[in-house]
Amino acid sequence: MNSIVKNRLFWPAVILVVLLVVNAFTSNQFITVQNGHLFGSLIDILRGSSALILVALGMTLVIATGGIDLSVGAVMAISGAVACLLIQDLPNQNAIGPVLGVVAVAIGVSLVMGLWNGSLVAIIGVQPIIATLILMVAGRGIAQLITDGQIINVQSGPYATIATGFFLGLPVAFLIAAAAVALILLLTRRTALGLLLESVGGSPTASRLAGIGARRITIMVYVVAGGFAGLAGLIYSANIKSADSISAGNLIELDAILAVVIGGTALIGGRFSIAGTVIGAILIQTLSVTVVAIGIPPEANLLFKAVVVVALCLSQSPDFRAKVFGRFKTRQAVAA
Amino acid sequence: MTTASMTPVTKGPELNKRRRVYKPNAKYIPILATLGLLAIMYITGIANYDNFGDPSVFVNLFRDNAVLLVVAVGMTFVIITGGIDLSVGAVISLTTVLTATLLKGDWPPLVVLPAVLILGALIGAGQGAVIHFFKVEPFIATLAGLFLARGLALFINQQSIPIRNETWSAISDYRIELADGVVTKPNAIIAVLVVIIAAAVLAWTRFGRNVYAIGGSSDSALLMGLPVGRTRIVVYTISGFCAALGGVLYSINSTSGHALQGNGYELDAIAACVIGGVLLTGGAGYVWGTLLGVMVAGLITTIINFQGDLNAAWTRIVVGVLLFVFIVMQRLVTRKAK
Repeated sequence: MNSIVKNRLFWPAVILVVLLVVNAFTSNQFITVQNGHLFGSLIDILRGSSALILVALGMTLVIATGGIDLSVGAVMAISGAVACLLIQDLPNQNAIGPVLGVVAVAIGVSLVMGLWNGSLVAIIGVQPIIATLILMVAGRGIAQLITDGQIINVQSGPYATIATGFFLGLPVAFLIAAAAVALILLLTRRTALGLLLESVGGSPTASRLAGIGARRITIMVYVVAGGFAGLAGLIYSANIKSADSISAGNLIELDAILAVVIGGTALIGGRFSIAGTVIGAILIQTLSVTVVAIGIPPEANLLFKAVVVVALCLSQSPDFRAKVFGRFKTRQAVAA
Repeated sequence: MTTASMTPVTKGPELNKRRRVYKPNAKYIPILATLGLLAIMYITGIANYDNFGDPSVFVNLFRDNAVLLVVAVGMTFVIITGGIDLSVGAVISLTTVLTATLLKGDWPPLVVLPAVLILGALIGAGQGAVIHFFKVEPFIATLAGLFLARGLALFINQQSIPIRNETWSAISDYRIELADGVVTKPNAIIAVLVVIIAAAVLAWTRFGRNVYAIGGSSDSALLMGLPVGRTRIVVYTISGFCAALGGVLYSINSTSGHALQGNGYELDAIAACVIGGVLLTGGAGYVWGTLLGVMVAGLITTIINFQGDLNAAWTRIVVGVLLFVFIVMQRLVTRKAK
């Protein structure tokens, strides 16, 4: 029992369950079957959180190596802009083949963005937070240049399916995120890759001396993070069927970092938890949905989120627990 | 024995002399490079556009970037200790909304002004305390502060609130004539004063030395008996105060309060510090550098305005490219120094 309570994921998981229970009671449809697929606020949460899960997944790997990626929001904007620009020029927007090609191009561009970040960090040796700050600042400008400052609308059925379609009764967006999580779990926990990541995060120099290609692994995580951000950008832009280079992925880097931290991955690197990140990402999305569901006025939305975030961050600080609850405990012991 | 003890004494000055002959002190290279860039940009502007050389173009840089300048100065203190403050943009918006709301409620301006400044300082102090006492990382603690401050601002009012207070509009309309045909606003003067005070504090006070010491190595600073905790909390307090002052300047400039004002200022401030040669690893940098960084960013916008037919998106891209150039240069300089 004690070991369950002490688990880093215990409190985030409890909060998530509480929020979901609150949701189940307040929303009129929590989960039902309609038109042959699942429907309700639970499904909305899963669908809505898929972009954040993808971004946070890449962020987890980057943070595991002791880095950080601030450019994910900008990469989302670029990938959506590239995809919508190319789809707009397609002769038949509803043909599946060309749309898949466009998706591949958009993800390819995102991978190149990741490669840029990774090279800056691993080869030139720039601090990750500054290296990715460059693309964060310039990336949104690039996206605006691609769309020429306009919002590009597309009418492509296959493209919209990425965000709003259903497969086997589940939202396609969530299935994409789930597949990505499964792939990364398999790669990091069933092969030595996870160990190498943690080793690079613990000490790049020691890893290099131990014969690990620290430089290659660092570049790789930024490329993966860029790819996942690109995929998330496609989901975002497919959902609104347009490329909005200003609001796409705005502030998502902060939400993603938050999801990673809630999930118990330390920002200093050397240790990571994929399951924790997924819980963190779903928790953040559930929080936004619940705030609306329980009738908190929209203007208090962010304030409510802020209070939960502050509580979570403090509850995860060992020093906070020792200073506040530790004192309480010792007094009890004396009284007894 | 005597010769052995003599050698270091004679060697020291000789080395220094040599260095002075060949190149400037390595720690001034980033700041000199920024200065050079600023000069090149300014001269290019004069060569390409009519009226660019008008002194008012230069003076207006201070007026147009007063808010960013004040905020970036606060950020400089935080970054030199090796921290970061993401909450400044949100504190700006909270300040403008609160100022507008209180003035609308007929509070006297002389009460509103200190109240919002103290609130900003308190938010900063709170973040500093959480960072120091609970060992929460600055990035996360100030991110929570960002959510909290912007959440409060949105909670107070989601709409734009006009400021019709006489004192505020009087300050907003006031013009100071520096020379014939060159006028500026009180905002610019306040920003310049903040820069001068901050530069003096950082260079000549015990507190300033402590800030550099903590940025160099907080463990060593602690072992030396420096007040690490107090200094760190004060640094975040300064940043919060500067952000609130920036918010007041913003509200004077726009004579309104809105929860979305100041969005993204944290990044602009960090970028200005980096371009100005403040190392994000801490321990190095000058307020003068930050001033130059803000001027470079402002001059880019000015040139794009003069050009007229360029997409505004180019501002972001050029700032990004400059960030890249300066970061790589810093990297090369620090590598050489080691």
